[in-house]
Amino acid sequence: MSLLTDTAGAHAPRPASGTAPRGPRESRLSVIAATGFLVVIAVYMLLPVFWLVVSATKSQGDLVDSFGLWFSDFHLFDNLRALFAKQDGVYLPWLLNSLLYAGAGAAVGTLLSAMAGYALAKYRFRGREFLFSVVLGGVLVPATALALPLFLLFAEVDATNTFWAVFLPSIVSPFGVYLSRIFAAASVPDELLEAARIDGAGELRTFFTMSLRLMSPAMVTIFLFQFVVIWNNFLLPLVMLQDDRLYPVTLGLFTWQSQVSRDPSLQILSLTGSLVSVVPIVITFLVLQRYWKAGLAAGAVKS
Amino acid sequence: MTADPIAATAAPPTQSVPARKPPRRRRNWAPLLFLLPFFVPFVLFTLVPVGYAFYQSLLRTERTGGTFGRKTTVFAGLDQYKEVLGDSEFLGSVGRVLVFGLVQIPVMLLLALVLALLLDSTVARLKRFFRIAYFVPYGIPGVIAALMWAFLYDPRLSPIVDLLGKAGTEPDFLGSSMMLWSIGNIVTWTYTGYNMLIIYAALQAVPSDIYEAARMDGASEAAIAWRIKIPILRPALILTGVFSIIGTLQLFTEPQVLRSISTSVTSTYTPNLAAYSLASANNYSEAAAMSVTLALATFVLSFGFLKLTGRKAES
Repeated sequence: MSLLTDTAGAHAPRPASGTAPRGPRESRLSVIAATGFLVVIAVYMLLPVFWLVVSATKSQGDLVDSFGLWFSDFHLFDNLRALFAKQDGVYLPWLLNSLLYAGAGAAVGTLLSAMAGYALAKYRFRGREFLFSVVLGGVLVPATALALPLFLLFAEVDATNTFWAVFLPSIVSPFGVYLSRIFAAASVPDELLEAARIDGAGELRTFFTMSLRLMSPAMVTIFLFQFVVIWNNFLLPLVMLQDDRLYPVTLGLFTWQSQVSRDPSLQILSLTGSLVSVVPIVITFLVLQRYWKAGLAAGAVKS
Repeated sequence: MTADPIAATAAPPTQSVPARKPPRRRRNWAPLLFLLPFFVPFVLFTLVPVGYAFYQSLLRTERTGGTFGRKTTVFAGLDQYKEVLGDSEFLGSVGRVLVFGLVQIPVMLLLALVLALLLDSTVARLKRFFRIAYFVPYGIPGVIAALMWAFLYDPRLSPIVDLLGKAGTEPDFLGSSMMLWSIGNIVTWTYTGYNMLIIYAALQAVPSDIYEAARMDGASEAAIAWRIKIPILRPALILTGVFSIIGTLQLFTEPQVLRSISTSVTSTYTPNLAAYSLASANNYSEAAAMSVTLALATFVLSFGFLKLTGRKAES
């Protein structure tokens, strides 16, 4: 930073000398080249999604026979009806399970992260730095490395194949604590806390009525990212769950896909199911984008 | 900072309002109350499993009296680790993900960096649309992304293979020579936008008058990107680098999904798949030793990367 401020300061007087050329502006050619490159990458990113949308509208026969990147006879509603009816309507519970694991898990996890991050940022106590380094160590422990030992532990208490076996491990987010600490340090002024204390407000009340509100944009970020992490977690439900009524939608679709050779109709159904499961999460992200963008900025700059 | 916590917390109020007791006691339990709800599950579901995996990895299950004899668990010290480190398939899987990482991570991060710089420059148009378009894949769960690409690789269904076939080449995306890069493509597709956003957000946090000053000095957009923006992006690039290293060593979802349609992905294709296969065969001790070895390797590599990039910054 110091280097940059030096540069800015050293040359500050120069604009006074009048209408000097404002530096080389972008040429038409570079605009075309840059935009062309961006378009090519956008096609790469969006083409598979477009293909998924197109495919979900086809019948099983057209899926194989017609050209993949354009529409054929419109079968989307038939596919949807078949999707929700397959295996006694197991798809809807899958979707709701995913929403519950990811939605409730991220909500609880965000609150716990916010509280812990707040305590680590705003209180001084013995062992604070140690606790924070343990949390940072936790960030580096990948979720997939924990899945097998978690399975063995839950097996010890006979709790595998339950809702809790997937839910409870999901609420822990060391990365959320890390982000919360940064956000709390930046967005909750010490003077305000001191003022609340002098007014006689309890520490908990101060947190829930004031600090939490100040941290709320950051918490949306943490919630969204934890939501995605839980929604994407595949190995943990894969090892924990045998009862397909407890499956999240990703695991359910995976089992369908691996049974295609026995039941070819599962092919079009797992495609339609993929599309249906992706729509809500993409919409949520687009709607809430200004929140997570602000959050990403803080996380990236301070690390 | 932690040297004298009591003095730091209790000092200010006592002087101006002598009658009021310093709220020292209250503040002593408050942090505990805030920390416990996180740390109890954190200990139970992160630290204990790590410890348990380590403990499990020191055991060995033996059968006395033939295949159907009684199972006994005995302490075996580091035997399982010897087994793991001597297991050529496991070592092969580690080598595979290392090769994967050496190619895929630089490609992905370079692409993410270029995209972020372009979206931050004055050269690009339609920035808002591109930003959203690039981030869409991240919203698609790994399993679904892999399912989708599996279809796009499948010669019976894929319009891409179709088009390439008309152009005269017929790549076998699911063959054993291409498989690793087919997986690399899925990972790149999913995470480039996410990494781009982290980098882009770091760029946005820089006050724009720095660039204005450079432009007045006659610096070109390219020079601004190279001399000012990239140095500012160091922390963001290191962050994305570490996350990518962790993700690569832990590769599981994509190969596991592709296994269902291609025989090129063996049961020991990646270290995580190897550990999962062992656990499915009820060989928990060796699976645990594998998980611990992998976690340690991940830790060493990401930590080493941090140290390496940190040292360069100082010099």
